[in-house]
Parts: sequence; structure tokens; C-alpha cells
Amino acid sequence: MIPEIGHLALIVALVVALVQGIFPIVGAYKGYASWVAVSKPAARLQFLLLLTSFACLTWSFLQSDFSVLYVAENSNTKLPQIFKFSAVWGAHEGSLLLWALILSAWTAAVTLFGRSLSPLMMARVLGVLGLVATGFLAFLIFTSNPFERLLPAVAEGRDLNPLLQDIGLVMHPPMLYMGYVGFAIPFAFAIAAMLGGRLDAAWARWSRPWTQAAWVFLTLGIALGSWWAYYELGWGGWWFWDPVENASFMPWLAGTALMHSLAVTEKRGAFKAWTVLLAIFTFSLSLLGTFLVRSGVLTSVHAFASDPSRGLFILLFLAVVVGSSLALYAARASKVRSHVRFELVSRETALLLNNVILVVTTVSILLGTLYPLIIDALGAGKISVGPPYFNAVFIPLTIPLAILIGVGTVARWKRDSVANIWAKVRLAFVASLVFGLVFPAVAMAHFSWKAALGMVLAFWVFFTTLRVIRDHARGRGLGGLSLSQWGMALGHIGVAVFIVGITLTSLYSLEEDVRLAPGDHYGLGGYDFHFKGTTSIQGPNYQGARGEVLITRDGEPVTVLYPEKRNYLTGMPMTEAGIDAGLTRDLFVALGEPLGEDGAWAVRIYVKPYVRWIWLGALIMALGGVCSLADKRYRVLARREREALVGGVA
Amino acid sequence: MKARHKRFTFLVVGLVVLAAAAYLVFQALGNNLSYFFSPTEVAEGKAPANHVFRLGGLVEPGSLKREGEGKTVLATFMVTDNQRSVKVRYQGILPDLFAEGQGVIAQGRMGPDGVFVADEVLAKHDENYMPPEVAAALEKAHDEGVAEMAGGNKP
Repeated sequence: MIPEIGHLALIVALVVALVQGIFPIVGAYKGYASWVAVSKPAARLQFLLLLTSFACLTWSFLQSDFSVLYVAENSNTKLPQIFKFSAVWGAHEGSLLLWALILSAWTAAVTLFGRSLSPLMMARVLGVLGLVATGFLAFLIFTSNPFERLLPAVAEGRDLNPLLQDIGLVMHPPMLYMGYVGFAIPFAFAIAAMLGGRLDAAWARWSRPWTQAAWVFLTLGIALGSWWAYYELGWGGWWFWDPVENASFMPWLAGTALMHSLAVTEKRGAFKAWTVLLAIFTFSLSLLGTFLVRSGVLTSVHAFASDPSRGLFILLFLAVVVGSSLALYAARASKVRSHVRFELVSRETALLLNNVILVVTTVSILLGTLYPLIIDALGAGKISVGPPYFNAVFIPLTIPLAILIGVGTVARWKRDSVANIWAKVRLAFVASLVFGLVFPAVAMAHFSWKAALGMVLAFWVFFTTLRVIRDHARGRGLGGLSLSQWGMALGHIGVAVFIVGITLTSLYSLEEDVRLAPGDHYGLGGYDFHFKGTTSIQGPNYQGARGEVLITRDGEPVTVLYPEKRNYLTGMPMTEAGIDAGLTRDLFVALGEPLGEDGAWAVRIYVKPYVRWIWLGALIMALGGVCSLADKRYRVLARREREALVGGVA
Repeated sequence: MKARHKRFTFLVVGLVVLAAAAYLVFQALGNNLSYFFSPTEVAEGKAPANHVFRLGGLVEPGSLKREGEGKTVLATFMVTDNQRSVKVRYQGILPDLFAEGQGVIAQGRMGPDGVFVADEVLAKHDENYMPPEVAAALEKAHDEGVAEMAGGNKP
């Protein structure tokens, strides 16, 4: 019964989404007040319906109702309770339901926090979101119904993919989807503004906090995924340039560009048409990401079993969304003129360059990701584009970006001079050269020019950001900085920390796969790894072997690691690495496979310097996003506009 | 600065960035593409001799051997498409889902001794999943095998 309620709620949600998509937009165009008024209640009702539907599916999982096909395929009575809950989004159908629920939650949030929007603008925004929701709900109901029954019911489910039975994966998809789907909001704002013919600074101001919120979630989601891959896949990598990873990274890059160009549009009224285009581009990349992940067209480590009709549906949906948005853009963009002048040396130029580089980077990654698909479609062979391609393109493009952070943040809006900027960054420039060159020579095992380059860039970003903080704080103390100034500073410091992590981990990691019999020692990076052997273990839904590795340095004990090799009931093996985390280095031990009768194992031993800084950097960036989101200027503006509106009506 | 000059400078900067990016992209693409070949294609000499490529098929049952000495972890195994087989050597830990009789993709180069030296071996997340390239290669080899047999049976 419960699954039927969920299914029914889903179908009603589709109808409501259609109403929400059509009536407000037509009403706003024709001027029917009653049609416009439909938008808010429809959006909120849709959220409640999807919440009901999601709750029904969750209930089916918690009750282990194996008469529901999706539950039977992805859960098991022996599964720990927390993973029964997260199994709801453990596979295709449920994660799409989560997608739809999150979209409706964002939409409901717009009805709550967007009170400063004019009723017409609100109606158009909700209408656009309703249309997007219609597409997704239709996809869900017609190709991927999570409530499909399995009759007769089976006694026991198949179990959740063991890779997903982990706290990192409980959090990763919802975060990622919050980010992906969140970019629907700036997209809807952009389309609504074009429909209304009003692309002004107010539109940018409305879009900014929503874009920042989506960006924060996406940043956290990607970082969580990377962290999970690092400790759960058992090969100690944190980024593989896998198509599915690229699918989340491309909207992040485009979203980062969008955040910066929205800043220019809000503060200076420039780049309007470009910002609209970026909003469309970012959301299209989110949809493309969903397509790549869910259609299985690409060979990927994520390789979900897939169904071609699903891929086709999303591809068509993508074509409709992108096609209609670009058509509208073509019709309206010519009327959008930014009558704002700025000089060549100005913050606007720096941000313009930032946007150009970020977009070019995104497009290069897009090319590398889609190239195998294109070649295959042309029948010219099956190829793959390896990680070296992405590194060779991404790293050189990031260098000017890091330099620009330093220049752009100290430059004035509208007009500045080279001499003035140089005077501001001179000290930071010298300091970053000195610190960057000295650091790898002193703190690392050996000097490397690549490491020096990375560290110079990281120090450059850090010192110039300090300089900006000092300038803002002048005469007022650190408390005088507004939250949005803190947001920018933290965002950029996060970049610096991230660069340190990537540079040092990539260049100084030591990685060995070795055969170790019980009692064997192996030395790596100044640490001694003493393999004591394995014991067998029994978990709730797996059994396996647990190794014990004693690590010492110069005779002093450092830690004991217990890497595990598990075999789940489904027959799927899993590697649980043993990791000793530290601010300046991680020690990583994973069991490979047993070799021979003497209890010997193939063991993977890594020493990874500064690897934590990668995720720490992402966290600091996200914190920066939260700060600027919380800036009181948005709330003050919202209140003023509300009062002005009330005053105007009265 | 005059507006015309300014626009010109913007244009030049934009073009330089684009040109640099395009150069990077094409350089990187040329060096890092790897084509997929089945064991039959390798046996027919279609695979490049001095470029990285991917070899895919099934791990031949009973062919996995551990050849490491001391602390080295070294494995050899045969990759087959049920027509021809190619021997693969890999130093390092094989992925969790690697198993005899299962689909596998190895990336690397042909060694001078006719053994494929892999620097990466991929088996997939899902135990029921067969990489699409491998499935296609097996099907193709099967079809050719059937065609050959049919041809051989002709009077």
C-alpha cells in the first residue's frame, strides 16, 4: 500500500509540475493575475508530494519491503539501518527521485526566500522550474519508476553495492545533487529575466546568493566524492579524470565563472549577456552530467548498468532545454547592452579573463570527455582519453588563473593603473618567490622546480589575499570586514591550500605494491612498515581478512593500521584501506590479494604528503561561499525592496 | 587609451588565450589517446608497436600466474576473445574484481617479446558488468569464428 501512495504522489507531482510550468508563464505573458497566482501554491504542493513519495520509498527500504523491485535489488535484511536509509539513493531510480525532490526543495525555498521578487518575476521563475521538473518527473515515471512491484516478492534482497556502504557515500550524492540541481535556480532566473525583458542589476543580485549556495554544495559534494574514492577504492587516488567525475567538475568550473561574472553584473552592470549565457551553460552542464552518469554511454569506473532508452530521454530533454534557452537568448540578447565602460587595467578585465580561462578549461575537459563518444559515433574506433590529457590541459590553464587571483583582487573597479597594482602586490610577489622556492628545499625530501612553481603560486594567492584583507580592515580592524569580503578572502585562501595539496601530493607521493609475508618489514619514505599478518573477520553482511601493520619511524612507534579485505554476500570484494591521517602526510596501507600459503599478501603502501590539504582547501572554499551567502547586504536589500513594494502599492 | 585600441587589446588577449588552449588540447590529445584492440586484432598485427593502447577481453581460466620474486608483485595472465590470446604482464596489485573468466581491460604497450606490458589493469565496479568494448570484441570474434567454420565446411 505504502509504495502505491508513493507512486500516486509522484504522478500527481508530475501534473502539478505541468500546471506550475504552464499557467504562471502564460499568465505572466497575458497578464492573467489568477494564473500567475497559481505558481507559489503549486511549487509548495509539489515539494510536499515529492517529500511524501520519497518518504514512502524510504519506508519501503526501512521495512525491507522486497515486493518493491528497486528495494529488492538494492537492499538486504542484513544491511545496517543507516545504509538501508542511504540505499534509497544507492541506484538509478532512487537517485533520480532524490534529484526531483531536491529540485522541488530549491523551488520551495525560492517561494520562501524570494519575497522581494516581483510577483511576475516570481511566477516566471517558478514556471521555468516547473517545466524542468516536468521533464524530470516524466523521465522518472516513464523510464525509471522506483515503485515498480516485484510479484511475488522475494524473501531476501540482493544487497546494496558494498562500495556504497560507507558514510562518505551516504553524504556524497545528496550534496552533489544539491549543487547540480541548485544551478537550476540561476538558470530559471536568467530565463525568467529574458522572458520579462528585464536584465538588470536586480536580476544579478537575486541570482547571486542562489548561485553561491549551489556552488557551496557542489564543492562539498565533489570533495566528499574525492575523499571517499581515496579511502574506499583502495588505490589511494583522489581524482581520476573519470567521465563521471568530469561530469561534476564541469558545472563546478562553469559555476565558478558564473559566480564571478554575476559579481561584475551586480556591482557594475557589465557582462549582462555573458552572465545569462553562463547561467544557461552551467545548468546545461549539470544536465549533461546527469546524462553521462545515468545513460552509461561512457566507460567509467562508475559504470552503472544502464538502459539506452533512459539515455535517449535525457539527451532529448537536454536538447530541448539547451535549444529553447539558446533560441530565447538569440532573440533577446541583442537588446541586452551593457552601457558600462571600463578600462583595460581594471578589476573587470581581470574577472573577464578569469571567465575566459574557466570557460576554456571547461570546454577542454568537455572535449576530452566527449571525444571518445564522438569518435565511436563516427565509427572511427574505440578510444579513451587518459588522465595525462586532462593534466596536460588543466594544469597550464590553472597557472594564469592563480596569478589573476592576486592581480584581480587588488585591482580597482573601472580603472586602475599598472603602477598602482604593482605597488600593492610588490611585497606579496617577492615574499611568494622567496617562500615558494625555499619551502620545497627545506620541508620536502628533495627540491623540485615543479613543486617550487606550485608553491610560489599558492603563496602568491595567499599573500595577495592577506593584503586585500589588510586593506579592507584598515582603520576598522578585522571585525570591519563584511561577510562577503571574508567570503572572497576565504574562497581564495582555499584555492591556495588546494594548490599546496595537489602540488605536493602529486610530486612527492611514494607508492609501492609489495609482497609481504607475516613478519616482513618494508621501508618507505623514512617509515618502517612491519606486516604482522592477517586474521579473519566476520561483519554483518560480509566476511574477510584484516591485516595488522605496525609503522615506526627511527624506531619510534607511529601507529598501527588495520587494512581489511572484505567479501560481501553478493560476492563482491572490497578493500578497506588503513590510513593514518596527518596534516603533513598520510600513511596508507591496503591489502591487495593473498599470495601463496605462507600467509603472504600483496600489500599496497603509500606515503602521501599534504594530501589532506586538497580537501581542506575545498572546505575552506565552501566556507567562503557560506560567508558571502550570509552577507547581510542581501537581507537588507530584500527588506528594502519589500518595503518599497509595500509603499508603492499603498 | 582609445576605445578602438582597447577593443583591439581585448581581442588579442582573448585570441592568445584561445590559441594557447587549442595548442595544449591538440598536443595533449595526440599524445594521450589510446585505441582499443581485441586479442585477434593484436594477433593480426593491427595494434601499434610503439604507442599505448588498450587490450580487452576475458581473462583465460587457469592462465593467471604469480611470477614475482622477493617482494615484487608481478602477475602474468592471458587475455582472450575466445579466438586468439595475448599474454599480459603486470607489475602491481590487480584490482579487486579481477578474476579468471571475467572481462578485463589492460592499458599499456606491446613488449619486444610479444608480451603486452600493462601499466594499468581495469576490472569494473559492478560484478555483473562487462565493459562495452569487451562485449563488442567478444561478439565480433564469435561472429568471425562462426563465419570461418561455415567457410571451412563448404565442399
